[in-house]
Amino acid sequence: MLEIKNLHASVEDNEILKGLDLVIKPGEVHAIMGPNGSGKSTLSYVLAGKEDYEVTEGSATLDGEDLFELEADERAAKGLFLAFQYPLEIPGVATMTFLKAALNAQRRARGEGELSTPEFMKQVREKADGLGISTEMLKRALNVGFSGGEKKRNEILQMALLEPKYCILDETDSGLDIDALKIVAEGVNALRAKDRGFLVITHYQRLLDHIVPDIVHVMSKGRIVRTGGPELAHELEAKGYADYVGAAA
Amino acid sequence: MPAVQETVERVRQIDVDQYKYGFVTDIETEKAPQGLSEEIVRFISARKEEPEWMLEWRLDAYRRWLTMREPTWAKVDYPKINYDELYYYAAPKNFVAPKSLDDVDPELLRTYEKLGIPLREQEMLAGVEGAGSRVAVDAVFDSVSVATTFKKELAAAGVIFMPISEAIREYPELVRKYLGSVVPVTDNFFATLNSAVFSDGSFVYVPKGVRCPMELSTYFRINERNTGQFERTLIIADEGSYVSYLEGCTAPQRDENQLHAAVVELIALDNAEIKYSTVQNWYPGDVEGKGGIYNFVTKRGDCRGRKAKISWTQVETGSAITWKYPSCILRGDESQGEFYSIAISNGRQQVDSGTKMIHLGKNTTSKIISKGIAAGKSENTYRGLVSAHRKATNARNFTNCDSLLIGDQCGAHTVPYIEAKTSTAIFEHEATTSKIAEDQLFYCQQRGLSEEEAIALIVNGFVKEVLQHLPMEFAVEAQKLISISLEGSVG
Repeated sequence: MLEIKNLHASVEDNEILKGLDLVIKPGEVHAIMGPNGSGKSTLSYVLAGKEDYEVTEGSATLDGEDLFELEADERAAKGLFLAFQYPLEIPGVATMTFLKAALNAQRRARGEGELSTPEFMKQVREKADGLGISTEMLKRALNVGFSGGEKKRNEILQMALLEPKYCILDETDSGLDIDALKIVAEGVNALRAKDRGFLVITHYQRLLDHIVPDIVHVMSKGRIVRTGGPELAHELEAKGYADYVGAAA
Repeated sequence: MPAVQETVERVRQIDVDQYKYGFVTDIETEKAPQGLSEEIVRFISARKEEPEWMLEWRLDAYRRWLTMREPTWAKVDYPKINYDELYYYAAPKNFVAPKSLDDVDPELLRTYEKLGIPLREQEMLAGVEGAGSRVAVDAVFDSVSVATTFKKELAAAGVIFMPISEAIREYPELVRKYLGSVVPVTDNFFATLNSAVFSDGSFVYVPKGVRCPMELSTYFRINERNTGQFERTLIIADEGSYVSYLEGCTAPQRDENQLHAAVVELIALDNAEIKYSTVQNWYPGDVEGKGGIYNFVTKRGDCRGRKAKISWTQVETGSAITWKYPSCILRGDESQGEFYSIAISNGRQQVDSGTKMIHLGKNTTSKIISKGIAAGKSENTYRGLVSAHRKATNARNFTNCDSLLIGDQCGAHTVPYIEAKTSTAIFEHEATTSKIAEDQLFYCQQRGLSEEEAIALIVNGFVKEVLQHLPMEFAVEAQKLISISLEGSVG
């Protein structure tokens, strides 16, 4: 269970999260929607452990363990995954090399043995095929010269390979055309499992037609201001965020 | 460290005691007093039983050196060197040598451990006084094992590979013909000093049409010891021949002599190719940069023949100060020069390094790929010259220098000089400076890599293009070394 209680967090002394509560149980898919500047991305960074984000109050636990006691890489090894809105480029490092380094680092941290190259190749191949990722693409430097769609598919491939317990998808739909969006959504849906929780952050309802959430939250001014079922997303799409921008002020 | 491990294993296999005597006692007596004078130069020459012409050569260099001044144009800062306080020949071993590993910088020992270097080998590398293994290691090469096997194979191919001190006695006409022909005695302050007092180094001659059957490594050279300070290397590849030479070692080496001024001369005749690879990891000093080696090196290759090729590849991670510009004179028509470099500086290290590509012949081509990585409080400068002579029609150069900064207290500088005296020359220059972004690190960490693993991965990606030019075994070691060199560079 990913449990967030009364979370307050600041960047350079500006408080962005102002008492956020959220509980995600294994098997659940939660969506957070909200206007720009409501703190959605900040939430994902704070949970994943990005520097410069200071938690001033509240807690977050992953299966009972205090996330804020752990470094970013330790949180990853515990099973927290963040699919980036803007995946970073690393010149000269083949995607394959990066995937292997990441997987083995996590396995080491968990006291599991490293995967042999043939075993690893087999796993990558299987998972890449489902996402339409070619071997040629895996040989290219990580995200360098990748199209928007390729970058996002690559994020989902990493998620599939690392098999996290909790996945946060930060605006995964941004920059995707409808075909790319479908491929990515199918990739995510294939990973839905009863022992895995999702937090899907998005500005638009569009993504939620393809990744249908169990619970939808509306975020505004650093807090969750409303919670409902999938129908809430449609309501927001129709009415916009105007009510919420004003409401929490 | 395959080479080192092999060495140590071989030492274990033989009875070390038989080498205990003679060798060390000889060294004890072979020392010159402090300071530099004609007498010292004569002493060195006499000790090496050199012919008269060699002594004259040295004395000439010494007299010229007296009139020269230490260069100040490099972007390096160090206390004034008092040349009268230095030892120029086999400094007494208890000069600054640590008594035991307890006296050695603990950071250095930690690095040895990470590289998996056995304790006795550590003592040897750290220059601990009377470390038994150091004798034995030399002894191995002096005697039965590797060296002999290699020597036989090389002799069969007609390749001459020996200490230059021996070559001066055994092949005087070859040495006389080529020594100082690429780096003239008066080339620069440090080269002139080296010419006067050089201790030892390698001599290689590859005869016409011979492809040297193995990579030549300083590791397998006899009498390696005490050649470090003023090393002199001369490599001649005769027409149509090929040789690959490896210098250095990935393990950080300490030396009782702080000042190092080596000279390396390469000569490639018609259709010959020389590939020279270096991994330099001299002691960089402690946290404050104290005690590190000053490395003032003059390396130059002369493509003297038509279609000759000289390729320099270097991985520079050590020394407190590095002043080094492996260069190519492209004299023969259609000759080629290459320079691939990785220069890493951390802590308080200062690196001023680069190359010179001097196009004299027609249709000559050169390529420069330089990757500088600065971390900690270090300063890292690329300084390069590409020039085309009036007669060097169609000279071509491609230069790419990239700098990577880690943290915000280091500096990277690029100083390219370009001179074309023919309108037919085509010179291309690309340069970038980037910083490892916090976002890149966070991305890697979010995938499970520790901060240090992430930096190593990003840096190895950055230098990949150069690593590919190192011989396989060296490349793997260099990769590991790069990771270790950058430890503690952030946060």
